Amino acid sequence: MTLTALNIFLGLVVCLFAVSLYALLITRNLIKMVVVLQILVKAAILAFVLAGRLRGQENLGQSMALTIIVADTIVAVLGLSLAVQVRKHFGTLDLKKLNTLRR
Amino acid sequence: MVWYILIALGGLFCAVQAIRAERLLTSALWLAGTSALVSVAIYLLGSPQVAAVELSVGAGLVTVLFVFAINLTGKQAVDERSIIPKPLAWILIGVSVGALVFLLLPGIVTKSPEYLEPGLAGILWGTRRLDLWLQIVMLFSGVLGVLGLLGGRGEESVLQEGEKKS
Repeated sequence: MTLTALNIFLGLVVCLFAVSLYALLITRNLIKMVVVLQILVKAAILAFVLAGRLRGQENLGQSMALTIIVADTIVAVLGLSLAVQVRKHFGTLDLKKLNTLRR
Repeated sequence: MVWYILIALGGLFCAVQAIRAERLLTSALWLAGTSALVSVAIYLLGSPQVAAVELSVGAGLVTVLFVFAINLTGKQAVDERSIIPKPLAWILIGVSVGALVFLLLPGIVTKSPEYLEPGLAGILWGTRRLDLWLQIVMLFSGVLGVLGLLGGRGEESVLQEGEKKS
């Protein structure tokens, strides 16, 4: 397998995906979770651009990536506003302490 | 080729630092670095429009939002012990990355049959018009989210003022 730009960035996609998925599983802070989710979505954006390039449908891949960027920003805004409100009402950002169903 | 490797390694390094950083503000700044390097990678892949949007939104707007939200929530120490056992997390990551590499990637790499692809604007305004409308709806919900982010702050300050007076 020759080392081309596409292979290098494909490797970056897989690594970003793995690292962020692992962090998503072990993170307990709500804001940190939004940060990790952002990294996961960056991998997805890069993957769509790469997939479009590899399949010869560059414009379709780019338009998908643009849609994901918009959706990702909205997710960040809503996630952060939820985190702020949760901190205000419960006084913590720790996911384990927020689990009120156990009480 | 060395530059491509450096950009990829830099992006991965920034992502790992964003995850490892103890302070949330530092984490947000490393995230901005990841976003900038990913947008450079997208530019090098021949998509300058997407790269520009990613750089301005990912490294600019989202970072500002993070800094704002972190300022609102204040500094708070969270117990770093994870909810699920770390070995289990590693196994899940191994399975999902294995599925990605062996099942999904070969399908992506296969080139699709030749067809005349419309331009980016043609796809956005023609083929994916419904998606575009959905994006507009999402943008409005995002604006409402920002209002939620700011909401209640006034009440708090009113309460504080009331406490000071009494």
